[in-house]
Amino acid sequence: MPKVTVDGQEIEVPNGATVLQACELAGKEIPRFCYHERLSIAGNCRMCLVEVKPGPPKPQASCALPATEGQEIRTDSEMVKKAREGVLEFLLINHPLDCPICDQGGECDLQDQTLFYGRGASRYHENKRAVTEKYMGPLIKTIMTRCIHCTRCVRFSEEIAGVDEIGALYRGEDMQITTYLEQAASHELSANVIDLCPVGALTSRPFSFEARPWELKKTLSIDVSDATGANIRVDSRGREVLRILPRNNDDVNEEWISDKGRFQADGLIRRRLDRVWIRRGGKLEAALWDDAFAMIAGVNAGSSVAALAGDLLDCETMFAAKKLLGALGSNLIESRQTGMAYDVSNLAGVNFNTSLAEIENADTILIVGSHVRWEAPLLNVRLRKAVKRGAKVFIVGPQWDPTYAAEFLGEDAGVFHDLPSHVTEAFGQAERPAVIVGAGGLVAGALGPALAFAQQHNLVRDGWNGFNVVHTAAARMGALMLGFAQKGGMADIVAAQPKLVLSLGADEVDYSQFPGALKVYIGHHGDKGAHAADIILPASAFTEKAGTYVNTEGRVQFSDKAVFAPGDAREDWTILRALADTLGVSIGFDSFDQLRATMIAEVPALGQEGLAHYGALPLAPRGARATGAIAYPIKDFYLTNPIARASETLQRCSAELLHGQDFAEAAE
Amino acid sequence: MLADKDRIFTNLYGFQDWRLDAARKRGDWDETKALIARGQDAIIDEIKASGLRGRGGAGFPTGMKWSFMPKESKDGRPSFLVINADESEPGSCKDREIIRHDPHKLVEGALVAGFAMRARAAYIYIRGEYIREAETLFSAVQEAYDAGLLGKNAAGSGYDFDVFVHRGAGAYICGEETAMIESLEGKKGQPRLKPPFPAGAGLYGCPTTVNNVESIAVVPTILRRGAAWFSSFGRENNKGTKLFQISGHVERPCVVEDAMGVPFRELIEKHCGGIRGGWDNLLAVIPGGSSVPLVPAEQIIDAPMDFDGLKEVGSGLGTAAIIVMDKSTDIVRAISRISYFYKHESCGQCTPCREGTGWMWRMMERLRVGEALPEEIDMLYEVTKQVEGHTICALGDAAAWPIQGLIRHFRPELERRISERQTGLQEAAE
Repeated sequence: MPKVTVDGQEIEVPNGATVLQACELAGKEIPRFCYHERLSIAGNCRMCLVEVKPGPPKPQASCALPATEGQEIRTDSEMVKKAREGVLEFLLINHPLDCPICDQGGECDLQDQTLFYGRGASRYHENKRAVTEKYMGPLIKTIMTRCIHCTRCVRFSEEIAGVDEIGALYRGEDMQITTYLEQAASHELSANVIDLCPVGALTSRPFSFEARPWELKKTLSIDVSDATGANIRVDSRGREVLRILPRNNDDVNEEWISDKGRFQADGLIRRRLDRVWIRRGGKLEAALWDDAFAMIAGVNAGSSVAALAGDLLDCETMFAAKKLLGALGSNLIESRQTGMAYDVSNLAGVNFNTSLAEIENADTILIVGSHVRWEAPLLNVRLRKAVKRGAKVFIVGPQWDPTYAAEFLGEDAGVFHDLPSHVTEAFGQAERPAVIVGAGGLVAGALGPALAFAQQHNLVRDGWNGFNVVHTAAARMGALMLGFAQKGGMADIVAAQPKLVLSLGADEVDYSQFPGALKVYIGHHGDKGAHAADIILPASAFTEKAGTYVNTEGRVQFSDKAVFAPGDAREDWTILRALADTLGVSIGFDSFDQLRATMIAEVPALGQEGLAHYGALPLAPRGARATGAIAYPIKDFYLTNPIARASETLQRCSAELLHGQDFAEAAE
Repeated sequence: MLADKDRIFTNLYGFQDWRLDAARKRGDWDETKALIARGQDAIIDEIKASGLRGRGGAGFPTGMKWSFMPKESKDGRPSFLVINADESEPGSCKDREIIRHDPHKLVEGALVAGFAMRARAAYIYIRGEYIREAETLFSAVQEAYDAGLLGKNAAGSGYDFDVFVHRGAGAYICGEETAMIESLEGKKGQPRLKPPFPAGAGLYGCPTTVNNVESIAVVPTILRRGAAWFSSFGRENNKGTKLFQISGHVERPCVVEDAMGVPFRELIEKHCGGIRGGWDNLLAVIPGGSSVPLVPAEQIIDAPMDFDGLKEVGSGLGTAAIIVMDKSTDIVRAISRISYFYKHESCGQCTPCREGTGWMWRMMERLRVGEALPEEIDMLYEVTKQVEGHTICALGDAAAWPIQGLIRHFRPELERRISERQTGLQEAAE
């Protein structure tokens, strides 16, 4: 623990800290552009210069200089002030200063730091540099004349994303940041460079010229595009969500989110169900709430009613549905829409037990049937870190590009029972081994064998639980905690042939299995579920209601309501509450607070933010065998849920990045 | 003047063949085994005692640099020697002559120096434009391999050592040691942050020493003739002999080996036939390659040509590439051209150099024709100060110093051009 002096104040800093970190510990702000906590140190912007003794009689880049015992650091001297002014002046001479038309305005590092550390006026009278337009795909808008060459975006794609998509061409003042050969950046996390860019060189293409940051209402929320539960901030103006940004949470998403989570925002205003519809003679006709409710009551289903939960649901909605069905005397509730029927009697057996943050420390990892890059892009970032630290990764399933060194063992789930000797040896020697079962593995019946594997290789040991299941639906763990599962899965529901099927945003269910039932779709988008429905009751998307979500590692998180639902749409729980009145039962709550309190009383873990505890792993079932070729559930990364499918941005991503369609840029 | 018997580079002008046989007749590869048998520490001590300072420009003591290398590898990483033959400094051409005519001095030096610093192999990074020279070097290394002087049991010493020749692609910045390492690794030639220094983590993350061609080529001779012989030349702290490269307005431009500290007048009179048009016609001299400040005539004439002697007149020895300019020179244009060179060669990594070099060049171009205000001279000086010392590598300093030298010594000339242009404009307006 070296002791250093910062502006006369003596402090002790952790071993390995840099001078910049020492200054921050001392409460001194150090301006910077290229330095970023989660990226490697480049030291190229020269904005963080400070005076350090002992050392050469010139200012030092504090981001790259290790703090050592007895250093005297000055951040307030004339030399430092001059150095900062000088660097800012250099950055600005070739910067277009087009702040009034720049989308970064108001949240621009260059703008802010110029205000505090810059000179009053420019002394540069030569021509400014201009850079030819670049193309980085449908998500990232580029105005590279504004670029200050901090290379954060280059380092992000190389180090975090693991693809060589962005780089620097040419040298000196002609240096340009670009994608090679003007290709679109196609990584699932590519748009994070928009947040990283300290100036307006890389901005959000869908958000361009939409709003100024200070006009927006910021609401804290949870991403529902996958089961990682990334922490997000929803920026809205009036009734419209304009953009979604990541929030810092080291345990979950660090500070990244996937492109799908970020850009499905524009799907929230398209294809919305904003009024009640009733199918008459095969055609949907607009109707009134009372007509719809009367029709539902008219079925006289009694207890022959089922509730199917979709992938984007909050726990409150599912709990309200469960209570409604309970009051009606039915327990036909299910959330695994596609028919998966794995054993959920012990949730530890279907949870990501290692936790997202800890998986970085694993040293041997076996992935069974998961295209992690598409199913949980943020988990893939963690796995990449693990490999960088020396972990070995083996994958059972069809090939995909993991961005790190991994060995594919075969497409057939049966490989699991006949692992090559070097894999078992690696697990034998591993200190922190982990197995990750994905949806493809669950379908192929790999859960039981994985549990057996966990026992055999002692995956649960002191302070380490290496048994993991990665889900693809944001609602999954919450649903399972609320008991939204039948022993036989969807087949049990089909076998019961309910007269009334309440579909809570369930868009992946095959509704032809319920030929005689009245299908009521309670959801927010006119997607597959609505197509099959007899009655549509418009509900709220995840930004339009407060809710509780549980991610794949069993982390309970809360999200707030950002905007009101459009038109006649209501919050889901209120629809279910009204249905209870129509059907003549009582479900025991009249307000959202009461609902939440009842839910927490029944499932206390849902009341506490953080990891839920599921106890020890279940014993492996005897003789369970995984068989058949593994198929990944996600066919198109950008179009996995009704919101994403409604988003023009993501439709274009899918067409351009995954299906290679060309989009001619409109000539200006 | 240096006696012929004391010259290290005996075939500097290519009067003899460069090949192995001829080189052996000149004394190269003579009992190299015995040199190596002295042991690593003895060689380093001998080089330290000789007072050899790096010939690449910075003048860091060579023996001390070698002693920073790890004595043993604790984690199995090998050590490397990288030899900087990316001679791109405008005015410098000594490495070219060595490689053209005496390549075996370099190859033998690589083996001995590499052995002394416990290196596994040497990489010679040769400037891309040196096409014929690279061919010579490739054949010289091949000759040495064929004769058993390199490779396994190099020169019968029992030490395994390889020499690789790598051609650059013509970027000046790749002459900076860490940029050279990046380039060798196949990356874009951009200097690295220091620390870590190459001696800790250099080429492929292994301990590495980067030395200039001349520093390495003189090593075998120093060892054969002894540190005392080498240090008998020159002044205290500036020992030995050195290749001077004189270009510009002298009667006979040349590359010549002479003792360090030889006075400028003597150097020019003896080897170059004097200044074109006589000593009164001398305007200024850039004594160490384009990156050091120029020195006006009256200060340089009797200055000793060594590191400390030139430091006293506000410049530096650099690579001893002496650019002589007589009074026919448009001095502002000359410096402006140098500014253009640095603008062109800046790697673009760090801000002050990337943005500053272009700014400085554009201002110089305006000053050249007087299209500026007198106070802009001070502003330009301030801009050079904003670049100097704020960058990752020394290219920023190298771009700033020539302009600082110009302003320091030729300010009246700049002001004259500005006022002449203003007068001219006023007349035209009437």
